[in-house]
Parts: sequence; structure tokens; C-alpha cells
Amino acid sequence: MMSQENGLFELLQASFTSTFVDILPILLVLVFFQAIILRKNIPHLKQILFGLVLVVVGLAIFIVGLEECVFPIGTRMANQLTDPHFLANGDDEILRGFLSGVAVDPSLYIWTYIFAFTIGFSTTLAEPALIAVAIKAREISTGAISEWGLRIAVAFGVAFGVTLGVYRIITGTPLYLYIAFGYLFLMVQTVFAPKTIIPLAYDTGGVTTSTITVPVLAALGIGLASNVPGRSPIMDGFGLIAFACLFPIIAVLAYAMIGQWLENRYQKSK
Amino acid sequence: MGTLKALFNRFLSVILDILPLLCVFFIFQTFVIQKPFPHLEQTLLGIGLVILGLFLFIIGLENALFPLGERIANQFAQKGNVFWLLLFGFTLGFSTTIAEPALTIIATKAGQLAADSGFIQTHDSAISFFVHGLRLTIAVAVGMAIAIGVLRIIKGWPLIWFILAGYGLIILATFFAPKQIIGIAYDSGGITTSTITVPLVAALGIGLAVSIKGRNPMVDGFGLIALASLTPILFVMIYGMFVLGIA
Repeated sequence: MMSQENGLFELLQASFTSTFVDILPILLVLVFFQAIILRKNIPHLKQILFGLVLVVVGLAIFIVGLEECVFPIGTRMANQLTDPHFLANGDDEILRGFLSGVAVDPSLYIWTYIFAFTIGFSTTLAEPALIAVAIKAREISTGAISEWGLRIAVAFGVAFGVTLGVYRIITGTPLYLYIAFGYLFLMVQTVFAPKTIIPLAYDTGGVTTSTITVPVLAALGIGLASNVPGRSPIMDGFGLIAFACLFPIIAVLAYAMIGQWLENRYQKSK
Repeated sequence: MGTLKALFNRFLSVILDILPLLCVFFIFQTFVIQKPFPHLEQTLLGIGLVILGLFLFIIGLENALFPLGERIANQFAQKGNVFWLLLFGFTLGFSTTIAEPALTIIATKAGQLAADSGFIQTHDSAISFFVHGLRLTIAVAVGMAIAIGVLRIIKGWPLIWFILAGYGLIILATFFAPKQIIGIAYDSGGITTSTITVPLVAALGIGLAVSIKGRNPMVDGFGLIALASLTPILFVMIYGMFVLGIA
């Protein structure tokens, strides 16, 4: 995705086209139902059309920016941090161990865990679809759920999930154990969580993996799986995304439960 | 459009959205990798584009996607015809998914993988049949999810029933689905909710819950996206059982 071969203008043009193709079916469905079934005018049509133009232009520019900056840096860092030479840090014995494919000490990957946690957290905060849902949640709850509170809870969920997923790839433990245990925990939590938060919490699971997070996580997973001895990129490279969908739900439910607990304690003390 | 002050605040908050990511990059590059940034100019340009793009997108969101979803929901609620509303929900989910580029890429990869490992025949028509079948299955799954989710909002059924039943069925299907489809199935749940679809669908659900008497927007309005990330997993496994046989 480097711009040496393609000029910025060409990149923007390609991005506009693909974003427009994204929005086209939505427009067709809306126009069809509006014209045939509802047969009513949409108020403030001009404002809405202008807004739609902003959505397409904004998203297209955003994606070119990601491809120019975030994806190349994220991929390069993931590769450098999981490189055997970096991990061995000048220790020949450890390096030989890596290259001959013996089992590695998971604690050598300390920087990879920290990178996974911070990159999961920070890419989630920049995820446009999550911003949209957080704005709606604030409006609907009349401020009880703050935009940043919800997004930080989700970001912690993704960060924790990704770090655990990285640990799983490094240790080679089976994915289904984590998923099964995670969903079991989630089910129990769902029974005890405040009822009003449940739909929003489950929605955030689908929202976290949209524009930024997936490409960066996929690069991290595949980088790890191809560098850790005994892992295959196809079998182990995925799975980070499954974790990034599961743990935000747990985190948002926990956020609401802690909020409710604090509220109850406050009421009692009064 | 809102006042200039509101716009300025929005711009500041977009910078805050991106700032943590920039800090992570900067700290790792300087202290851990200990090398200067290659292509610094390109990187700075990219950061500028990310901030500008996200800013324009959010302004457009609040001026177009949100009001559009809410007004359509409101007009359907006034019309009171459940059939058309469900058809609208299905068409919206189906059409946005079938055109989703991420889905096309994953489906093509899955087809290649299935052919290479000998689960379907390797000639082009067999692969293309498998790939198109997969895309159609996921699009139908998302369409059904939105339609069922809209019906749930109209009736006021608790989302938790659908979640429990849905994941129960997914766990059950995992035992019977052919092994090579399971990874594709679980991955397909996350890719179906694109950045443009999410705000529109969220506004649609909340708009419905606001327009229908006795519905709570918080409890009933959310949940459409949750269902849309659940049904593809189930449907793809069922598709796998039909095409590749039961495990």
C-alpha cells in the first residue's frame, strides 16, 4: 500500500469508488421503499444528501489515511516485535533455540503482549462504527452512558481479548477452550447484569471489528503465527478476531455491573 | 450543520480519538524498536487524512445516516404495515452484505481453501458455485437477522431469548458441521457489519423503539447488530453441512 507506485490522487479515487459501491445498495433500497411503499417526502432532504456526501468522502479519505500510515506501521511493528532476532536480544543460545524450532519461553514475548494490549485498546478508540453506537447510546440514555465511558470499556475488552489471543498463539493452546470458557462466563454474567444494558453490550461485540482493528489484528496474528516455531498462519493466525468480538461484551456488562454496584452502595450509605 | 463551536469541539474530539494510537506507535518506535520512522512524510500525511476523514464521516453521520434511519423507522411505524417493514429490514441487510467487499474476499479465499484441501472439486465452476453459495448464505443470514430483529422490536420480545437460542444452536451446529467450515463460519460473524451499515441499522432500531408505544429505546432499540453478527455463523455451518456433508 505504499504510495511510491500510485499517486495519492489515484488512491483517493479508488477509495471513493469502493466507498460509493458500499453505500449504493443502501441508497437503492431506501429510494425503492420510499418511492413505492412509503410514498412520503423525507424532510430536510438537502441536508441529508449533503450529509451522505460527507459520509462517503470522509470514509474514503479515512481509509486512504489508514492505508498510508496505520496499516504499514502496524504491520511492520508486529513483524519486528515477533522477529526471533529481536526476541533473543543478542543471546545466541535463545536465537538458536528459535531457529531450530524448540518450544519457546512465553515470557520472552513481553513486548508483544504489551503491544497487543495497547494496539487493541487504541485502534478500538478510533473505530468509526463504535463512535456512532456510542453517540446513540449517550442520546438514548440521556447521558447516563457517556460516549467515552462506553468506548473505553469496549477498548479494554478488545485489549484484554487480543492479549489473551496472542498468549494463546504463543503457547499453542486450543482456541475452542478459550471460546467455550469465554461464552460460558458471558452467559452467567448476562443473567446477573442489569437488563437494560444487555442489547447494547451485545451490539458492541459486532461493532469493534470494522475498519481499523481487523487489518491490524490480522497482521499481528499472522506475524506471530509465522514466527513462533510450530505454528501455522492459517490455523493460528485467525482467532484474534473472535476474541475481539467476545471480550467487549464481557467488558461492557462488567462496566454496567460495577456502575450499578456503586450506585447501590451509594444509596445504602445515604 | 450545528454551530461553529460544536464543529470545533467535534474536531478536537476526533484528534483525541486518534491520539492513543499515535502514542502507541511513537512509544514503540522510539523506545522498543529504537529506529527512526521510515517514510516520515507519508506517515504524517496519512495521520492528517485519518483525522480529516473521521471528522467528515462523523459530521455526515449526525446529518444523514442517523436522521435517515430514524425517519424511515418513523414512517414505517406510522404506516403500520408489518410485512413491508420486515421486507425492508431483510432487503437492507441482504443488499448491504452481498455488496460487502470484505465478504467477497473471504468467500473467495474460503473457496480456494476448500478446493485445495479436496472438499469440493477443483474445477472453476465447482469453486464458483461454492463461493457464490457462501456469499448468498451470509447475505440471507444478515437479512433474516435484521427482519427478525425488527419483529422483536415490534413485539417487545427480550433480546436475551434470541441470544441464548442463537448461541445454543451455534454450539450444537459446531458438533455436526464439517471441520473445515467452522473457522470460516466464526469469522463471517464479524465481517458483516460495515462502518456505513452500523449507524444506519442502529438508528433504524432506535427509531422504531421510539415510534412504537410501550417500547424502551435502550432495551428494545439496540440488538439488531448483535443478531446480524450471530446468524451468519449459524447459517454458514448449516451451509457447510449441506454442501460438504455432516461431520
